[in-house]
Amino acid sequence: MIHNKDMIPEQPAPKGTIGPIGWLRGNLFNGPINSLFTLLGLYVLYLLLVPTIQWAFINADWIGDSREDCSRVGACWVFVNARFSQFIYGLYPSEEYWRANIVFAMFAGIIAWMVIPRLPFKRWVTVFALLGFPVVAYVLLHGGYFDLPRVSTHRWGGLMLTLLLASVGMIGALPIGIVLALGRRSNMPIVKTFCVIFIEFWRGVPLITILFMASVMLPLFLPSEINIDRLIRALIGLTLFQSAYMAEVIRGGLQAIPKGQDEAAAALGMTYWKRMGLIIMPQALKMMIPGIVNTFISLFKDTTLVMIIGLFDLLGIVQAALSDSRWLGFSIEGYVFAAFVFWIFCFSMSRYSQYLERKLNTGHKQ
Amino acid sequence: MLNKKHLVLLASTGAITLAGAATAQADTLEDTMERGAVQCGVSDGLPGFSAPDDDGNWQGIDVDVCRAVAAAVLGDSEAVNYISLNAVERFTALQSGEVDVLSRNTTWTTTRDTTLGLNFTGVTFYDGQGFMVPSDLNITSVDELDGASICIQSGTTTELNLADYFRANDMEFNPIVFDTSEQTVGGYQAGRCDVLTSDTSQLAALRIQLSDPSTSMILSDVISKEPLGPVVRQGDDTWFNIVKWSLFAMLNAEELGVNSDNVDEMLESENPNIARLLGEDGNYGEGMNLEADWAYNIISQVGNYGQSFDRNVGMDSPLEIERGINKLWTEGGLQYAPPIR
Repeated sequence: MIHNKDMIPEQPAPKGTIGPIGWLRGNLFNGPINSLFTLLGLYVLYLLLVPTIQWAFINADWIGDSREDCSRVGACWVFVNARFSQFIYGLYPSEEYWRANIVFAMFAGIIAWMVIPRLPFKRWVTVFALLGFPVVAYVLLHGGYFDLPRVSTHRWGGLMLTLLLASVGMIGALPIGIVLALGRRSNMPIVKTFCVIFIEFWRGVPLITILFMASVMLPLFLPSEINIDRLIRALIGLTLFQSAYMAEVIRGGLQAIPKGQDEAAAALGMTYWKRMGLIIMPQALKMMIPGIVNTFISLFKDTTLVMIIGLFDLLGIVQAALSDSRWLGFSIEGYVFAAFVFWIFCFSMSRYSQYLERKLNTGHKQ
Repeated sequence: MLNKKHLVLLASTGAITLAGAATAQADTLEDTMERGAVQCGVSDGLPGFSAPDDDGNWQGIDVDVCRAVAAAVLGDSEAVNYISLNAVERFTALQSGEVDVLSRNTTWTTTRDTTLGLNFTGVTFYDGQGFMVPSDLNITSVDELDGASICIQSGTTTELNLADYFRANDMEFNPIVFDTSEQTVGGYQAGRCDVLTSDTSQLAALRIQLSDPSTSMILSDVISKEPLGPVVRQGDDTWFNIVKWSLFAMLNAEELGVNSDNVDEMLESENPNIARLLGEDGNYGEGMNLEADWAYNIISQVGNYGQSFDRNVGMDSPLEIERGINKLWTEGGLQYAPPIR
């Protein structure tokens, strides 16, 4: 019997199967058809990218303050530049921008505090974010207290309004949604019927209809001396609409928890609220993160619908700017800017939810 | 017993408060004075008529009506709360009291004037449906458009007017319908149609959006009547008069040659018409519960009608719309205001 006493030493992987070249070979050029498709794809990409980059960067005009500063060969970012503060603050008076800035800073601070895991006192920050911050934000933005001049809500707009609508919608919809979802699974017939009717009504009606009802029909029903602010009307409509969707997402999560969990908790003598709060909800909410974030992202984009009731959210103020006779014909630049801002927000929400999922993953995932 | 009495008392107080509120509602002037600002409904962005400028101030010929009313009532043309309204909710907002003046390029028609509980106070802009054609086609009148393909925005009265006009004149056309004004311009630019039709006030704005505006011209013919004007609620005649005469004051000022630059010199004018307009001779604001200098405030802060027109839609603006039928009657146009005396 012949055998080699020495082990064959480890060899590096053959060249061409590792590194970028290996990756290219394995994924893009592993066969004639795939190679062809790769080349075709690259060509299409070239056809699309080159003019886009030329339009958006190389031939674009950046500096100036009127349409005369634009050559019209490439993009005219002068328009976005000139209107930038309006896109952010809407028609908010410019000498009061600092108030909006403080609110923006606090908002960003709270988000950062919640997102960065190392920072302590998360519970207190949450309490402040939910109870203190809305009051502070209202006092600062609306004014009328502490010698702050009043800025009525029809001057609010831009990104500020979009964020306001989205965050109020999200913060309002989640608890209402949880209550509705629990109510729908309840054994009490009246509670259950109410929740089912509520959810099915709001889910069955398009958001645009709700906003129209709130802005056109509601004032006709109410006596003329009661005049609810149109922003409040939009906020209520948006929150109720979202909470119905949220309820269904949460109900989906609740149904995924085996019944044994609830029964085991009941056997230990826990009350309904303890069972829900300590056993069911922590497990269910974790699984619902993708669904909830999905709803949030769609809510964020749905806020643009308030444009049709004359509120200038980010997209609305871009369109209003486009109708200034000094800036006619720059619609592409305006829409690209709005799309870019929306993408940044939606993409970061989506990334954060993925991170949260990984962090909270305790093995439910298959 | 005591409880019941208490309830009755509460209810009656409530009723009185309600009744008080109702009468207060009818007195728009008093409400406006108390608030210190005119609630004015404008569009959500229409070039030359109402749109926010780079600094966030509303500008436009419709906006100037709001400013004129504010100047007349409060002496400050900046004291206006602009509320942007879309086409559907504009009348509701006025009926429900959310706005007190609606100045939003609204066409004066029988239905709107008689069935909605509203009153039109005058005409700020005589609009009409017109046509834009490429200059090199050498077309000068609508009658030469037989058989043309025409770009239209769908869902507007424009479509209807066009069909009516061509049928009445026994001509044929090929409609090419688009959803938004941007698409319509795009279609025209790409050569999908020979002619683009819209209200003349909009044609100018659409023309600017062409890559080379000089290649197209706007025909002087119009095929429909679209008188645009401010609207108020019925049932408050003092307010109706104020809005009506704010516009008339601007027209009279132009006719008398008074503008925002020379209004202070004109205070010493010997012309009795000017003296009456500026409140130097008699108090013509009295009948509207206004001060004698109501018209002076309008002219010094907003300007006369011609100034407003030129600044917002006319030759001093990017739109460069011809005065046309919006000239004063003395110059062959339709703008005519009753005299102040």
